[in-house]
Amino acid sequence: MRTLKFLLQKEFRQIFRDPSIIRMILVMPVIQLILLPLAANFEVKNIHLAIVDHDHSSYTRQMINKITASGYFQLVGVNSNYTDAMHLVEKDEADIILEIPAQFERTLVKESEAPVFMAVNAINGTKANLGAAYLQNIIRNYNQDVRLQWLQMPHLNDQPRIEITTASWYNPHMSYQLFMVPGILAVLLTMVGAFMTSLNIVKEKEIGTIEQVNVTPIKKYHFILGKLIPFWILGLIVLTLGMLVARIVYGITPYGNMVTIYVFAMVYLLAVLGLGLLVSTYANTQQQSMLIAFFLMMIFVLLGGLYTSIDSMPDWAKTITKFNPVAYFISVIRMVVIKGSTLADISRQLLTVAGFAIFLNGWAVLNYKKRM
Amino acid sequence: MTNGKVITANKLTKKFGDFIATNAISFEVSKGEIFGFLGANGAGKTTAMRMLCGLSLPTSGEATVAGYDVYTSPDKIKQSIGYMSQKFSLYEDLTVKENMRFYGGIYGLSDERIKQKTQDVLQQLHMEASQNKLVKSLPLGWKQKLAFSVAIFHEPAIVFLDEPTGGVDPVTRREFWEMIYAAAQNGTTVFVTTHYMDEAEYCNRVSIMVDGKIEALDTPINLKKQFNANSMDEVFLQLARKAVRQAD
Amino acid sequence: MKQFLSFVKKECFHIWRDKRTLFILFGMPIVQIVLFGFALTNEVKNSQIGILDMSRDEASITLANRINASRYFDLVTNLQSNTEIDAAFRKGDIKMAIVFPEHFRESLLHTNTAQIQLITDASDPNTATTLSNYASAIIGDYQDEIMGQNKLPYTITTQVRMLYNPQLKGAYNFVPGVMALILMLVCTMMTSIAIVKEKEMGTMEVLLVSPLKPIMVIIAKAVPYLLLSIINIISILLLSVYLLDVPIAGSIVLLFAASILFIITSLSLGLLISSFTNTQQTAMLISLMGLFMPTIIFSGFMFPIENMPLPMQVISNAIPAKWFYYIVKSVMIKGLGVEAIWHELLILTSMTVVLLTISIKKYNIRLSQ
Repeated sequence: MRTLKFLLQKEFRQIFRDPSIIRMILVMPVIQLILLPLAANFEVKNIHLAIVDHDHSSYTRQMINKITASGYFQLVGVNSNYTDAMHLVEKDEADIILEIPAQFERTLVKESEAPVFMAVNAINGTKANLGAAYLQNIIRNYNQDVRLQWLQMPHLNDQPRIEITTASWYNPHMSYQLFMVPGILAVLLTMVGAFMTSLNIVKEKEIGTIEQVNVTPIKKYHFILGKLIPFWILGLIVLTLGMLVARIVYGITPYGNMVTIYVFAMVYLLAVLGLGLLVSTYANTQQQSMLIAFFLMMIFVLLGGLYTSIDSMPDWAKTITKFNPVAYFISVIRMVVIKGSTLADISRQLLTVAGFAIFLNGWAVLNYKKRM
Repeated sequence: MTNGKVITANKLTKKFGDFIATNAISFEVSKGEIFGFLGANGAGKTTAMRMLCGLSLPTSGEATVAGYDVYTSPDKIKQSIGYMSQKFSLYEDLTVKENMRFYGGIYGLSDERIKQKTQDVLQQLHMEASQNKLVKSLPLGWKQKLAFSVAIFHEPAIVFLDEPTGGVDPVTRREFWEMIYAAAQNGTTVFVTTHYMDEAEYCNRVSIMVDGKIEALDTPINLKKQFNANSMDEVFLQLARKAVRQAD
Repeated sequence: MKQFLSFVKKECFHIWRDKRTLFILFGMPIVQIVLFGFALTNEVKNSQIGILDMSRDEASITLANRINASRYFDLVTNLQSNTEIDAAFRKGDIKMAIVFPEHFRESLLHTNTAQIQLITDASDPNTATTLSNYASAIIGDYQDEIMGQNKLPYTITTQVRMLYNPQLKGAYNFVPGVMALILMLVCTMMTSIAIVKEKEMGTMEVLLVSPLKPIMVIIAKAVPYLLLSIINIISILLLSVYLLDVPIAGSIVLLFAASILFIITSLSLGLLISSFTNTQQTAMLISLMGLFMPTIIFSGFMFPIENMPLPMQVISNAIPAKWFYYIVKSVMIKGLGVEAIWHELLILTSMTVVLLTISIKKYNIRLSQ
């Protein structure tokens, strides 16, 4: 126990000795948490629409008015031919082209059916899907107006009709920030923990001080604990700062219990730090350990469900995410903050992450060899 | 302890693949002795020392340090030894005092003892004024002396020094050896590798390694007689010429 | 020049010796392109939903089966009561609940209207919207069916064509994005760490007393990473064409040239970071923690830049990866020529010039002290 005290004292001194490091560990996540959610906005509201109107009838005018009034679309151009509109798509200035054929109004009235064409830039699937769906909805509504005008019937009440009501729970204003802030905080916390610890032991290897420690009678797990605890505490400080930013800047207060978040984070940090330590027991230089940590982080973050839904991944990728601690943390922190999930609700995730923590730290202790 | 012998090695061998770094070396070191371990670069000195310190596991052979077996009780050995490696190994981003406190602490010294000892050492080194300076700001000679003081801070029975005076000026080297003598006088056994031949003269006994084997082992005077040489330098050159192994 | 080349050779040897690093450097882009190319998708599918059916009649069961059979929904849980909905949401078991009220079929047949409630977990607003759109479409189809085949009069039909990526494959978006991300981070991190390491170890002085100009010494350290990254680009492009079926629609030469320009930009950024940091730890904190998330978010491959508030859009302009992502998307996916991207090329070039100038200045000041 006494040995541990000295180890901790030393580690803390070293961390605090370099003010630039401590500043970065604490300030960088805060700045990023303030800025990034503002940018990570996927509320599909400003879909850029180019319209090619070959008809110029009162119907097309009404339809265009209806579209622009919806608030989802921003008209970037009314072109006279498709090529010009396509040019806007190439320059990324338009997302969707709506082409209304000549004689549209006449055809609709005379033949009771008339087509319109939509061309969607589908490189980004979400935007394409949502944009097309919105536009189709508006056109369908407009269609209803036209019918009413001609058929004079109140509500097609002689036909069976299913009324769909929708309710958006937990996030009725559909705020994307409510979704992103906890997620980004989870990633930032993970990065602080994993990167800092993965560098730490390797740094001692590179400088040579590890030899001096290895000839002392110090116990392996003391040494590892001494490396772990300071970053564990730092991680919890970063979490606290992050929660404050969420509250002050974004007005997000967890719907669920703060204790649940902290309990989970405490266990989760152990797993992440264990991973960092494990990396640093394998690497010989800081450069190596950085690369490995970066490689793992990139996979963990991009497959962590922060931006893209895990459900939509192919089965093999879903299996990989089962071993991705970051995915658990992102989903749990969102569940607690947004939906108010309780400790009981997240017990499965908590146990899994505790398992990771034991496994990774155990491996790191085993792999840290005092003797070659 | 076996008949006052604090270090014994019997056919101690370390192989790295096909390469035999130390080849069945045998020797004994008595309490309070200054034992010089000489050899060209790559002769296997550091490997031998690392095995004795419990940093490296021998391939075969036997060895005890402070009465403990290197295979079975490396932790007990570590409690009884101090070690100063070739590479400077104090924490440069900690102060002089903080380094002492850290190493004293992990050897299990009491707070009071650490405080007392720190004052003594600072006084000895005339470094009271620099006690709160970061180690990286000290001149090299001071750093080396400080590293030695830290290695014997917990008053170990044996201290292993791996080329402790590399790159230091003659005056500091002199002072450094005075510190070694003082430690030996207090009963600490000193096991030191070096390739300064004048330093070899300061040792009670000297072993000379060539290509992983001990080719000569005796007091400096006897060695000079045996090889019919005027200085240890000549003794060493005669032996080193036989080497086939290239230094790395 | 000869001296410079021998320096470069020495640096290459350094990297070549460290087989482990080399392995990661080459392996990383391959693993990631394959992994992300196949796994990431912006599409929403296989979502887990729950059904609370209080009527359990022919109509509600048929409709539930329809929904279950759709590829958008997966593993439908049967819920028993309203409270179970909340519990299932809170455990994260389902993303949407469909509620059929009592006497669903009866009211549909007798009063001609029946209600269905779609409750979504709006934590993720887009998934919520998409899911309720999907479900509404399925319900709408069912309704059309029971109304009989007679078509409604005055119907506007919409024909949708998905441009560039008709199958809505995630890879079309993620290959350019991941390419920008990997190149930027690897180049910046590796050069900055490699140079700072020499400072930390004290070997920098030795290099600087050589007859070569100091900046040449430093550039020589970056050159091997340029070579490495070129190999990486080749392997990324080969993989995306032959494994992920993402064709290169435009000119390969143009794509390649632009990539090299982007690599040089990232290397220059690494140089700049190395000029004001003194420990590897700081250098890596800046180049990884400082750049990782901003590069992902501001490059635009995850989140459309035009959705961002204006100040964020301005910030995004400072991220080189944003311009490179645009270039790769234009050349590789849309098949456009140099006339469509000269603007972006120019921006990357000026960024490189600025970054290099500042680092050279900083190094010269440092040395003259």
